[in-house]
Amino acid sequence: MKIEDKFRQLKKNNEKALIAYVCAGDPSVDATREYVHALVKGGADIVELGLPFSDPVADGPTIQAASDRALEAGMNPDIYFELAASIKDPVPLVCMTYYNLIFRRGVEKFVKDCAASGISGIIVPDLPIEEAEDMLKACKTHDVDMIFMVTPVTDKGRMQKIFSKGSGFIYIVSRLGVTGARDDVAESTKEVLAKVNTSLPKAVGFGISGGKQAAQVIAAGADAVIVGSAFVNIISSQNNVERRLEELAREIKFGFGIQ
Amino acid sequence: MQKSRYGRFGGQFVPEVLMPALNELEEGYERYKQDTKFLRELNYYLSEFAGRSTPLYHARNLSKKYGTKIYLKREDLVHGGAHKLNNTIGQALLAKYMGKKRLIAETGAGQHGTATAMAGANLGFDTVVYMGAKDVERQKMNVYRMQLMGTKVYPVRSGSMTLKDAINEALRDWVSNVQNTHYLIGSVVGPHPYPMIVRDFQSVIGKEVKQQIMEKEGRLPDSIVACAGGGSNAMGIFHPFIADTDVKLFPVEAGGCGIQVKGRTAMHSASLGAGEEGILQGARTLILQDKYGQILESTSVSAGLDYSGVGPELAYLADIGRIKPDSVNDQEALDAFHELCRLEGIIPALESSHALAYVRKMADSGELGDLVVVCLSGRGDKDLETVVKLKGVTCEGKI
Repeated sequence: MKIEDKFRQLKKNNEKALIAYVCAGDPSVDATREYVHALVKGGADIVELGLPFSDPVADGPTIQAASDRALEAGMNPDIYFELAASIKDPVPLVCMTYYNLIFRRGVEKFVKDCAASGISGIIVPDLPIEEAEDMLKACKTHDVDMIFMVTPVTDKGRMQKIFSKGSGFIYIVSRLGVTGARDDVAESTKEVLAKVNTSLPKAVGFGISGGKQAAQVIAAGADAVIVGSAFVNIISSQNNVERRLEELAREIKFGFGIQ
Repeated sequence: MQKSRYGRFGGQFVPEVLMPALNELEEGYERYKQDTKFLRELNYYLSEFAGRSTPLYHARNLSKKYGTKIYLKREDLVHGGAHKLNNTIGQALLAKYMGKKRLIAETGAGQHGTATAMAGANLGFDTVVYMGAKDVERQKMNVYRMQLMGTKVYPVRSGSMTLKDAINEALRDWVSNVQNTHYLIGSVVGPHPYPMIVRDFQSVIGKEVKQQIMEKEGRLPDSIVACAGGGSNAMGIFHPFIADTDVKLFPVEAGGCGIQVKGRTAMHSASLGAGEEGILQGARTLILQDKYGQILESTSVSAGLDYSGVGPELAYLADIGRIKPDSVNDQEALDAFHELCRLEGIIPALESSHALAYVRKMADSGELGDLVVVCLSGRGDKDLETVVKLKGVTCEGKI
C-alpha cells in the first residue's frame, strides 16, 4: 500500500496515524511477522521495519540492543526482503536502515528489492539530502518514497530543501538526541511543528512512549506519531509480547481522540 | 571535486541533526585558520605547551644496520608522548574561539583521550571522554591520567565495548548536546570537515620534516613511512609532500594476526589494503565489512591501529596510486619495537613500531631509497604491559 493512499484514507475518516517501528529479526523472522500483525491489529497504520546495522549511530541503547539481537539471530538484507514480502497486513511498510547496507547492495538494487517486496518508503538516518542523489533517483524509478528527517536545529533554508526532495511523510525529530522512550514530550515539539511548512504529512518521532504523549503531539498539530523504543522494550521483555504490543498500539491510537 | 570529497571518498553521511553543527564547524574553521590572532595563539601552544618543533633524528645505528640513511621524526617527544596533542590543542582552541564550553572525545587506548584531557584542562573546558568498557579495563593508567586532569571518562558497554562503540556513543552525546559542545575527533576520519581539520593540524609534522631535511641533507627524502590506523600521523607527515611526486609515501597498516576474517572479526586492521568501499561513521572510505555491509571488528596488538576504517583522503590517495599501503603483522611490529629499544635507546609506541617494521621488511628491496624518514608517532611507555604479556607468541589461540 502506498503511504500517500494511507494518509488520504485516514484524512477521509478524520483519523491520525500511528507509525510503529520494529527491528526485523528481533528475536526471529517468524516473531517479527507476528509482532507486525499484532501492531496492526492494535491500530498501527504504517509499520517501519528496521533492517539492523552493526553500528546504528542515530539510535539509542534500546534499538542498538535490538539490532544486535537480530544480527546475532542471523538477520541480513536477503532474509529481510523475504520477510517484508511475506507480511500481508494491509498497511504500508517503511524500511529504516543505515546507508552502508544500501550502498553495499547497490543503491539501485536495494531500492528495487524494496519495491519488489512491497516496501513503500525508505528512511536512512545517516543520509542527509546532500548525499541522497543516488537514492532519490532510484526511489523515483521504482516509485518508492524517500522519507527525510527534520530536527529542532534544522533551519528554514534546509527545511525547504528537504520538503522539496522528500515524499511519503516528513519525519520530525521532536528533540535533540537519539531514539529512546522518554517520559516527557519535549517543548521543542511545538516549536518544530510550527516551523514545518509542508503539504506532506507531519510525523513526529523520538521519545514517544505512551498514549498521553501521543495525544499531546497530535494536539500540537502532527498528522502522525512514530513510536519505536516503547514497542522494542516490550519485545525485549519476551513477556506476553503480542498482547502487549497490541494493547500499547491501541492505547496510543485511541489516545489521539482524548486530550 | 566537491570540497567535502577526496575523489569519490569522504562526504557527510550523518544524521540530519548534525548537519548544522558540521556547517558551523566548517565556517568557524575557514574563518579562524586565516585569523592571525588564532594562528599566533596556536603557534604559542604548539611551541610552549606541546614542545614543538620535534627533532628529526638521524638513527645512526638503525641506518648502519639497514644500509640506508634513516631519520626518525620524533613525535614521541611531544607533550603527552605522541602526535595526538597537535590536533587536540588545535581543535580545542578552535572550539574556544567558536564559543563552545564542552569538549567530548572518543578514545581507544586512551592516547587521544589523554591528549584531549590535556588540551581541555589547559583551555578550561568541561571535558568528557567516551571509552569502551574493555579498553577502560585494559588501560587503567590512561583512565587515571585523564581523571587527574579533570576529565570525566564514561565506559561504553554497547557493542564490542571498544573504540568503534566509543565513537558511536560520542556521536550520540553530540547529537544531544550539539549547541554547546565540540566533538573533538582524534583522527582524519568521520564526516567533512573533520578529515581536513585533523590533517591540517597534524600537517605541522610534515612541514617541520620538510624544513629539517633540507637543512640536514639539502634534499627531500626518497621515502616517508608512517603507520596508519585512522591515519592522522600518516596524513600529517604526508600532506606537505603530496605534490613532491619523487617522494614515495608508505602508510603501514596493522596486519594483526593475518589478512583473514573469522566470524564477525577481521584478524587485522588493514582497511587500505584489504578493506572495501563503504560508509562508516560519516564518511565514504575503505572499511572492513562483510558481504552485506555489516562492520567487522578489527584486530591489532596496537590499540591505536585497531580500527575498522581509515581516513577518506588516505583511501583516495591509495586509489590514485600516490601512496602505497602495506601492512606488517603483530610479530613483525614487536620485533621492530625491541630492535629500536636496543639499537637507539628509544622505546617506540607499538603503533609506530609498525612503520619501523616496514623499514626492516623493505630495507633490502631498494624500494625505500637512500634517504628514509619514519614517523615515530609516539613513545612506547604505555605499551610496556602489553609487550611484557606478549613475550613470545602473539597470535596463538586467536586464529
